[in-house]
Amino acid sequence: MAPQAFCVRRTRRESHDVVTLEIEPAAGPGEFVFAPGQFNMLYLFGHGEAAISISGDPTTPQVLVHTIRAVGSVTEALCRLRKGQVLGVRGPFGSGWPVAEAVGGDLVIVAGGVGLPPLRPVLYHVLAQRDRYRRVALLYGARTPADLLYQREVARWRGRFDVQVEATVDAASPDSWRGHVGVVTTLIARAEFDPAETTVMVCGPEVMMRFAIADLQGRGVPPGRIYLSMERNMKCAIGFCGHCQLGPTFVCRDGPVFRYDRAAPLLRVREL
Amino acid sequence: MREIDALVADHPFFRGLPPDDLALIAGCGSNVRFDVGSYLFHEGDASDRFYLIRHGRVALEISSPGRGRMTISTLGPGDMLGWSWLVPPYSKQSDARALELVRATAFDGACIRKKCEEDPRLGYELLKRFAQIIGQRLRATRMQLLDVYGTWG
Repeated sequence: MAPQAFCVRRTRRESHDVVTLEIEPAAGPGEFVFAPGQFNMLYLFGHGEAAISISGDPTTPQVLVHTIRAVGSVTEALCRLRKGQVLGVRGPFGSGWPVAEAVGGDLVIVAGGVGLPPLRPVLYHVLAQRDRYRRVALLYGARTPADLLYQREVARWRGRFDVQVEATVDAASPDSWRGHVGVVTTLIARAEFDPAETTVMVCGPEVMMRFAIADLQGRGVPPGRIYLSMERNMKCAIGFCGHCQLGPTFVCRDGPVFRYDRAAPLLRVREL
Repeated sequence: MREIDALVADHPFFRGLPPDDLALIAGCGSNVRFDVGSYLFHEGDASDRFYLIRHGRVALEISSPGRGRMTISTLGPGDMLGWSWLVPPYSKQSDARALELVRATAFDGACIRKKCEEDPRLGYELLKRFAQIIGQRLRATRMQLLDVYGTWG
């Protein structure tokens, strides 16, 4: 599957190591249809390819949005891109979040760090058809106040009366931050939802997801109603190369979104 | 029913305790308020009280030379504040500062501790419940120490 050329339309620095790219087809206007939770392989000539979640609005497929954290040579180069520069895109790949299955019940979104970008399309989707869901809560944690992503947008969501938005940071000085301090799992007790009728979507570092799932189960959420997005070293994105193999599954093809009761046995195997 | 009796009877932390225990605990409670910026207690203070926050938020802080105050956790309405009244050496482990106007119910820990010594069943029951809070804080602290959002996260 050959990459398609896309042009950078706009860049926005979200934090010291996170950048959002808005890109559009280099060949001219077009649509890029995707499901919340899917990812693309972004290819930068001379650097290589990286799997990056789509973080834009699925209802405006004319522009493709990716939020990228600079953690390696490819992502660092992607974060340095400027308006007008060209990159290659393959995708979309992978399974999406179960936004249809969640209809009619409560929805809790638990995001840690750069776990928010893969979940942002869910929020766009749900807020566009808000009356189809009951209570909606976003629980978001980051390392410090400066690491919180999409701050204006999160503030806008918090201003709505139909979404509970709680944000916290792991560490802060009292002079720089007046919000919650504590890990994201401490917000789970504050969220308003009916455990038996709730769908939970969790994305963040694997340790954070394990702790969050333990607390969600402590509140009575059945394992079959918890979904998480796994991250592994994805290379081909179509289940051929085996780089992202997790036991009998390929994260790129069978995931990255898994239902917890199916993923739990794999999570318990160390170094898998 | 007194406001504090109702508060104790309805709070999930005390759920399942016999009415006599609830009455005893409520009898050791009094309503307090703290203006924004004031301290509920300081690190090293004798720990003879714990609080059930009814309104406002409280920051648990530790001061470090050269770094000033660092917030390690914030608590809000419905949260229990303080466990060190129950275990030796009965001293506060951090500062607690009101981030907003705080209204809380303060419980006389020294009085309840004395009752626990006299009635080990009550003591064990409360110890189990406060151990859950201690466990939650320990898990949260471990997660903070792991720095899960670092590039190795």
